[in-house]
Amino acid sequence: MAETLIRLRDDAASTAPVVPLADLGAASNASAVRLMPGDDARALLPVLDQLDLIEVAFPAYTDGRGYSAARILREHGYAGELRAVGDVLVDQVSHYVRVGFDAFAPDQPMTREAVDQAIATWPAVYQRTVDGRPAIWALRHG
Amino acid sequence: MSGERIKILTGNDLLTGDVTWWTGRGWSRHVAEASALGDDAAAIIATEEAARRVVSAYVIDATQDGASVRPAHIKDRVRALGPTVRLDLSLRAGDPDALIGLV
Amino acid sequence: MYLYDTHDQAMVDARVAEFTDQVSRRLAGTLSEEQFRPLRLKNGLYLQLHAYMLRVAIPYGTLDSRQMRMLGDIADRYDRGYGHFTTRQNIQYNWIKLEDAPAILADLASVGMHAIQTSGNCIRNTTADHFAGAAPDEVEDPRPYAELLRQWSTFHPEFDYLPRKFKVAIIGSETDRAAMKLHDIGIQVYKDAGGQTALRIHVGGGMGRTPMIAPVIRDNLPPLQMISYLEACLRVYNRHGRRDNKYKARIKILVHEIGADEYRRQVEEEFAHILTLGLEPPPAEFARIKAQFADPAFDPAAPDAIDRSDPDFALWVDQNVHAHKAPGYAIVTISLKPVGGIPGDASADQIRLMADIARDHGFDELRVTHAQNIVLPHVKKADLHAIWQRLDAAGLATANLDLIGDIIACPGLDYCSLANARSIPVAQKISERFAETGRQRDLGELKLKISGCINACGHHHAGHIGILGVDRKGVENYQLLLGGSEAADTSIGTITGPGFSEDGVVDAIERATNVYLDQRAQGERFLDTYRRIGMAPFKEAIYG
Repeated sequence: MAETLIRLRDDAASTAPVVPLADLGAASNASAVRLMPGDDARALLPVLDQLDLIEVAFPAYTDGRGYSAARILREHGYAGELRAVGDVLVDQVSHYVRVGFDAFAPDQPMTREAVDQAIATWPAVYQRTVDGRPAIWALRHG
Repeated sequence: MSGERIKILTGNDLLTGDVTWWTGRGWSRHVAEASALGDDAAAIIATEEAARRVVSAYVIDATQDGASVRPAHIKDRVRALGPTVRLDLSLRAGDPDALIGLV
Repeated sequence: MYLYDTHDQAMVDARVAEFTDQVSRRLAGTLSEEQFRPLRLKNGLYLQLHAYMLRVAIPYGTLDSRQMRMLGDIADRYDRGYGHFTTRQNIQYNWIKLEDAPAILADLASVGMHAIQTSGNCIRNTTADHFAGAAPDEVEDPRPYAELLRQWSTFHPEFDYLPRKFKVAIIGSETDRAAMKLHDIGIQVYKDAGGQTALRIHVGGGMGRTPMIAPVIRDNLPPLQMISYLEACLRVYNRHGRRDNKYKARIKILVHEIGADEYRRQVEEEFAHILTLGLEPPPAEFARIKAQFADPAFDPAAPDAIDRSDPDFALWVDQNVHAHKAPGYAIVTISLKPVGGIPGDASADQIRLMADIARDHGFDELRVTHAQNIVLPHVKKADLHAIWQRLDAAGLATANLDLIGDIIACPGLDYCSLANARSIPVAQKISERFAETGRQRDLGELKLKISGCINACGHHHAGHIGILGVDRKGVENYQLLLGGSEAADTSIGTITGPGFSEDGVVDAIERATNVYLDQRAQGERFLDTYRRIGMAPFKEAIYG
């Protein structure tokens, strides 16, 4: 389905098979997993160290649960690739990045140039999230 | 209600947002110029939306009686006229009979 | 008043640039309507019955004369010479052209305004007590908190596609003038037993097709944990709110289905985690914002007396002027409900006149109320007569605040594509039926609210008398409700019975008010009498 893959990271992309959360049993040594909107991202917390790739599925762009899933994973220290997959829109890219995504596999074609432009949309940000950008309140008060 | 029951096509002009009605050849702001549709509504909508001449186009039931076309639902009758509480801004500004037949 | 600094300004300027690009992509055909719709909605641009409609945010209903004047100028420049003030303290323009929308946003940005998040399933404009900073019963000014919320919610990346829209209201006194408990989140700033400021958080109120009064989810929240706590409230909702049915997607349904205790437990768990992340703006930021809401320089020698020798003026003072916390000052509410008029509408000239009066007599400040009126929060009592004369000359001195003529009404089927029936003509007929001022005043406080569909933008559930327009087999029909309130004694109205025609509902209201006049006890409002005697006598008079 998805043919475009845009990565904002320099390491090599994982080639491991991506397994659904339900198949990530204790016995599995999978290093790539896919979360669906209804999956609990916190179920991955005990195995974050073994994962190189977490795909977060957006079957419809209007279902915003994936934003929370991504941010939770980063808040708990996940440093591997976090890939938004599916109905992923360029006009949402700045938000995806702010909640921790660093790769996009959209159903519709998307260019790296458009992604870079989207990321540059906001000169500053009002909230502290997981992207390392200082919130405007931090800029104001050093 | 006398008259012939027909289907007509309506939408809004993409640029101005004006309510428009499909005349068979193009779009008019006047519901009286709406023409009865054949079975090609979906194709017209696809072509006209793709050409960015109309947005939010949809087919409605109406009654044609001589030169007048009356949409079946009050919502489209309000669309055809303008706000009933600001007739000065409606398509029949200054017409004391503008609200006759609305409800 | 909060004034934008360079950071705030850069954000709205960036938004104008972004939307200008999106509109040009739409006009060039690289964005389809399907792709463009959510983008324009995030900028408050709807396609309504007759044209595009632009909803402009008025953060917590507060604006200065320069901003108010711009609202009037936009009405002239891009619309048809008027605007409509809404029940969410915003303004809507009804006749906008898509190609003009970027220029309008640029004009708004030039005075520190925008239309960000005035639609869509995101955190909407925060509303607040319209008497904030002026009311004598205020415990603490809610506006600095509202400004913190504005900044936090603006382009919040995690909460851009919630299950449904999300509305926050905040008050800082025991008197609720913001319908706080009928919001997704309602916040009350109060003092605890030790005199320390604390926040009480209500979650899960709302109107719409399933009206609910928000339960208290958290008491005694330290003020500088508000952002972290709301992050937790929103995260639980974003993850677990229903997405299978748009009519069950508001947070009130989640809180109702899992119960307030379970929702509270989940929020507290998330809150404990979020507190470790350092997301809260520092005290210095709160202090910076607070300083901008300091009292204006009230004249300590301002005289307290009002010359009431002009009876029409005295009537207006009695009805539309409230006590102020500063001696010699008063709060003026300008009614946008002239007899037979369109509730909430104001012409460009009227908007500019209100701006001028605020500049000349009101420390440059105005407020929009959720009841669709305009407030001048700080005026000298000595200036009231001059203000009244200027308002009267412009048709803005209707003395009917909180009376039956002060009707809240949504735009209804005259403008709104969601509506099932017209609201405005019903409001006009009621205000004409009860036009006589003495009669209105005899009926006393009577909050009448009309919605043209179940979405309840006209707050019909919360009216002492409420009207809901429905579509009965293609004909407009009006249901009548009694006993609602959106004040501190919040209650949801009850439907009287079968619906009415447009004229029929006006007659029914007259019969209901006659029951009140016959049965009221000393000092009782319509609502009090209804609560004491119940529905039966009203029903009998209406249908009997």
